[in-house]
Amino acid sequence: MYALLKNFFTVLKHMAKGDKWYYSWLAFLSFFIIVGVASYIRQLNTGLILTAMRDQVSWGFYISNFTFLVGVAAAAVLLVVPAYIYNFKPIKEIVLFGELLAVTAITMCILFILVDMGRPERVWHLMPIIGTMNFPSSLLAWDVLVLNGYLAINFLISFYVLYKMSHSKEYSIQLIKPLILISIPWAISIHTVTAFLYNGLSARPFWNASILAPRFIASALSSGPALMIIIFQIVRKVSRIEIDNKAIFKIAELIAYAIGLNLFLFGAEFFKEFYSGSIHLAPMEYLYFGLHGKTALVPWMWSALIFNITAFLIFLSPTARENFLTLNIACVLIIAGVYIEKGMGLVVPGFVPGVLGEIYEYSPSWTEKSITLGIWATGAMLYTLLLKFAMPIYTGELRFLSKTGK
Amino acid sequence: MPNKIKGNSISKSISRRGFLKGAALGLASTAIPFGTADASIWDAFLQKHFREMNEDEIRTVIKRLEKEYDKKFDTKFNIKTTKAMPGTLFGYGLDLSRCIGCRRCVYACVRENNQSRDPQIHWITVLRFKKGEKWIDLEESEKYYYPGKVPEEGYFYMPVQCQQCENPPCVKVCPTQATWKEPDGIVVIDYNWCIGCRYCMAACPYGARHFNLAKPRIRKEELNPETHYLGNRPRYAGVVEKCTFCVQRTRAGRYPACVEICPVGARKFGNLLDPKSEIRYCIENKRVFRLKEDLNTYPKFYYFFAT
Repeated sequence: MYALLKNFFTVLKHMAKGDKWYYSWLAFLSFFIIVGVASYIRQLNTGLILTAMRDQVSWGFYISNFTFLVGVAAAAVLLVVPAYIYNFKPIKEIVLFGELLAVTAITMCILFILVDMGRPERVWHLMPIIGTMNFPSSLLAWDVLVLNGYLAINFLISFYVLYKMSHSKEYSIQLIKPLILISIPWAISIHTVTAFLYNGLSARPFWNASILAPRFIASALSSGPALMIIIFQIVRKVSRIEIDNKAIFKIAELIAYAIGLNLFLFGAEFFKEFYSGSIHLAPMEYLYFGLHGKTALVPWMWSALIFNITAFLIFLSPTARENFLTLNIACVLIIAGVYIEKGMGLVVPGFVPGVLGEIYEYSPSWTEKSITLGIWATGAMLYTLLLKFAMPIYTGELRFLSKTGK
Repeated sequence: MPNKIKGNSISKSISRRGFLKGAALGLASTAIPFGTADASIWDAFLQKHFREMNEDEIRTVIKRLEKEYDKKFDTKFNIKTTKAMPGTLFGYGLDLSRCIGCRRCVYACVRENNQSRDPQIHWITVLRFKKGEKWIDLEESEKYYYPGKVPEEGYFYMPVQCQQCENPPCVKVCPTQATWKEPDGIVVIDYNWCIGCRYCMAACPYGARHFNLAKPRIRKEELNPETHYLGNRPRYAGVVEKCTFCVQRTRAGRYPACVEICPVGARKFGNLLDPKSEIRYCIENKRVFRLKEDLNTYPKFYYFFAT
């Protein structure tokens, strides 16, 4: 008990210590968190009327961000497979940071769902056993289960590894192997279930396309790992952790396949809608050309498409993706491209035109924007603290007392 | 059916109740010193799903709600919990050749069912179509029209409200079973169980579900205190609401408010299981169609042309 307490304080002390960059980063994030919390308190008191969501567009920016982040979380699988299945050494050394990113992304997903709820204090109603969960009928119930399960799996794996390391012990791969193996289909399943959440609604033709789930996976496997490439470069700059260029270039290569697949699937959907030209075309038309003079999303969607294609061309060329300048540009482009496409570009057109043909042009209000920024800042803070805790254990700077007091 | 909803399983609900009581007691004890611990807040927080309560529990909840509403609106409310009559399956008919688009039904519904006046919530939407266009294309319809006089030359009208689907997508998707189909075919919501996730709104092909984005506001003298737990009792911010075929009236043998007010008799209502009912006559003898039949939701709302 004594050792445990002492270790806990060692961690706290360690997390609180840092240089002036560390402190200013935390202060910077805290600012946005405080603004976000203040906005959320206002939203709680006044209601969701403060958002731009209405009966016509009943899901908006919060659910868009949620959808994007499920993809980020699922992308950890792109590290897990080469690391554990193919035993690719350079990636095996950094897979931990991917798992911690998954933990962070899922936490953010849960926050986005909570701020979107009309009655957040009743969240217990959808928990298994204590609530009346509509399982297996409601895909939202499935989502609660798979997201929390994925959070638990990644939390267990990464903290087990860190725990062993912090006590200078080898971790037993045999022990966590079942968890790792299950985490692979599970990662695919969280994004599939999220896609099915939209996919299963016959009332919304834009979502009711069988290509939706594969497109979700393909876009997740392009944007999530791109985010990791950027984070890895920051990690090796600010810490003593060495990350092999080979690992980064391997990830970049895998991203190239994923973007290619995503673009192909997009083309297939585009063709089907425009060539057949049925009434189901309306949301797609709204996105790329505008409908009845309403064009709010058109510039966004075309930029997203240009971003995705440019990023694809850069990732495709080995010389360009192995040059850190062009690689980073491509990473930013694909993150932005997928964020637009899988965020607003997916959620909003499901509601435009509405089921009775009405076009309500949605664009997020200040409340939505500040709460969203607050949640992103919370995520960044959580990941920073997780890394601050994990990195010194990783490099061997931080070691704990074991139970014997040694 | 995959979306069968759990019945009153007593043993399970007791253990859940017990668990929550324990948890609440622990939490409540921390609140008492601050003098804000109001027992009814905890009762409201811990209220069970309507369908899992037994008669005693329902009575307690109704008493609490009546007190709550009395305090909030300074009006005596009567909240009924009348159950579905056996042998009834309510159906609705709307004669498109008669409807003049006056929207009296919309406002009769607002008055009867205590919809929020600010922000406005309407359970009935009247769509206006130009004659001679490809009219079933809902995109070509107009929801906001301001005529000096109705009916307008060259237009016709189609009111849309909850279609009380036999196979309701909203019930299938609700993650907490807060909405369900009653034995008489009416799809209802327990406003005290809805978490406000709005998944049902995404799933509904008829735009029949409405969300309380803000605290519903109604002037005291406009309140209708004769209510049903599953129908027109005052709602809360952050929950979804919908048309219930005026459950408070129809289960007492009356017509829904929209049927009663319609000046041209375009609206018909009755028991689909009764072969002698007016609704059955209309379905069997008129040219009938249902909205978005291709989605297999099987609405119990029939549009027809009588002339």
